[in-house]
Amino acid sequence: MLPGALLLMVFMAYPFFLGIWLSLTDSVIGAMGDFIGFRNFVDLLDDSIFHQTARNTLIYAMVTVPFKAVLGLGLAMVLSNRMRFSNPIRAAVMMPWIVPTALSTLGWFMIFDPVFSPISWLLKSLGVIKQNINFLGDPNLAISSVCLVNIWRGVPFFGITILAGLQAVPHELHEAAAIDGANAWHRFLHITIPTIRGVVLIAGLLSIIWTFADFQLIYILTKGGPANTTHIFGTYAFQIGLSATDIGQGAAIALYMFPILSVFAILLLMYLRRD
Amino acid sequence: MVGSRTLGKRVLGIYLPLAFFIVFLLFPFYWMSLVSLKPTNDLFDLKYNPFWLQTFTLENYLYLFQNTAFPEWLKNTLIVSVVSTVVSLACSILIGYALARLRFPGSNFLGVGIFLAYLVPPTLLFLPLSQVIVKLNLYNTYWALILTYPTQLIPFASWLLMGYFRTIPKEIEECAMADGCTRMEALVKIILPLSTPGLISAGIFCFTLCWNEFLYALIFMSSGTMKTIPVGTVSDLIKADTLFWGSLMASAVLGSFPIALLYSFFVKYYVSGLTAGAVKR
Repeated sequence: MLPGALLLMVFMAYPFFLGIWLSLTDSVIGAMGDFIGFRNFVDLLDDSIFHQTARNTLIYAMVTVPFKAVLGLGLAMVLSNRMRFSNPIRAAVMMPWIVPTALSTLGWFMIFDPVFSPISWLLKSLGVIKQNINFLGDPNLAISSVCLVNIWRGVPFFGITILAGLQAVPHELHEAAAIDGANAWHRFLHITIPTIRGVVLIAGLLSIIWTFADFQLIYILTKGGPANTTHIFGTYAFQIGLSATDIGQGAAIALYMFPILSVFAILLLMYLRRD
Repeated sequence: MVGSRTLGKRVLGIYLPLAFFIVFLLFPFYWMSLVSLKPTNDLFDLKYNPFWLQTFTLENYLYLFQNTAFPEWLKNTLIVSVVSTVVSLACSILIGYALARLRFPGSNFLGVGIFLAYLVPPTLLFLPLSQVIVKLNLYNTYWALILTYPTQLIPFASWLLMGYFRTIPKEIEECAMADGCTRMEALVKIILPLSTPGLISAGIFCFTLCWNEFLYALIFMSSGTMKTIPVGTVSDLIKADTLFWGSLMASAVLGSFPIALLYSFFVKYYVSGLTAGAVKR
């Protein structure tokens, strides 16, 4: 057990505390700075980009999760039907979740390209729009575009998790209810929903934590732009801490995530240990 | 099936939504493959339907192997993924076994600690961790990733294996130990063979995450040819002119392919592992 514990200590616990220390100093990359108390944290409260980053992160995490949950539920219900080729279909729809996100995001990067976008081409040839859509360059549109990719990536996770929950419902229960005259909607409401509530809650909390602390999807699509409209904590901490070499300030940005992540982590822990 | 559904109802209730999900979830992959097999000239020609292939070519893939560092990225990604997976599995087997079987002071605390470690995102740690990597002289070496990836993998893999170990009756190893086996021998000779499915799904989980990881690889192994496929593709293949799409998509397809292949062989294990982790815990 020792080797694993040692790795976790050196490369997880120690950096965590080092991060707290860095955030209290004016360190830059290559030079350990002096202790300056909470100035990094206080300065950020006056930083309008940081405000925007916090708002974007909330939108990014809170808007995408309900979509992922509802679409995932739909996907799970479709997949739970007996049908031909169900195993290859299940494997195929899992692809957005399992292949390297950085690489599939590049696919979306091209789908959103101002010149080559197939969506723009389709809408243009249908006569819906006259000009190509600038999915990632338009400040009003960029956040929706990155949310869409995040939803796309997360639906299979919810789908497969909920599917496992659905399969825990004995088939006889549905049949008995049907015989007693319950229609499909009633069966969904009174049998399906109660049995999958727990799984949806767990998947939802995990998804909030992961989305909240995301990085690569936004880094690849927009790097936080245009005009900082898609910056989230992870990308802003990267920009300030590494690109601008202000590592103390960057560490403070990352640590602002900590209380919020803790709340969701504790909720999850409480739910899992309730019995 | 509840009730007897007519064909019409099946189409509306199942096949139509299924078609929507398949198009939505798989279109980006279709698009990536399509562009990677297209000659650049076809891409620019607006009279062609962009959703179809007019001329088939492998020039983008050849370009990738002859004119870019892709072969090195592939080698780096393989080395890092395989070694990290082995390290993580070895550590997780011991932690999972301890969580499943041993009662010692603080064992409850260890369980909660491992669970919380699973929830720690890389974005929280990457800045201070980059300092640690530089201090230990690991920057731009395989060790930078081989030693840091397990911190992301051990927590989940340990929980997963703990679940499998608990399903094996205690009596079996107690018999073996009564017959003179040490605890370690009992673990290696009896418990591990009985938990092969758990080991496979934990292994796939670890390998996939190593192969896919982006943030640590971007920061800790980023100069010259010491890049992984995701980092190399993103940082070297997007160029200022607009002629790069074919090779960019070819690299994205090739980098995704091993994971897709691995996964389609072991889909059963992976799903059971994922759900064991997400549901049963």
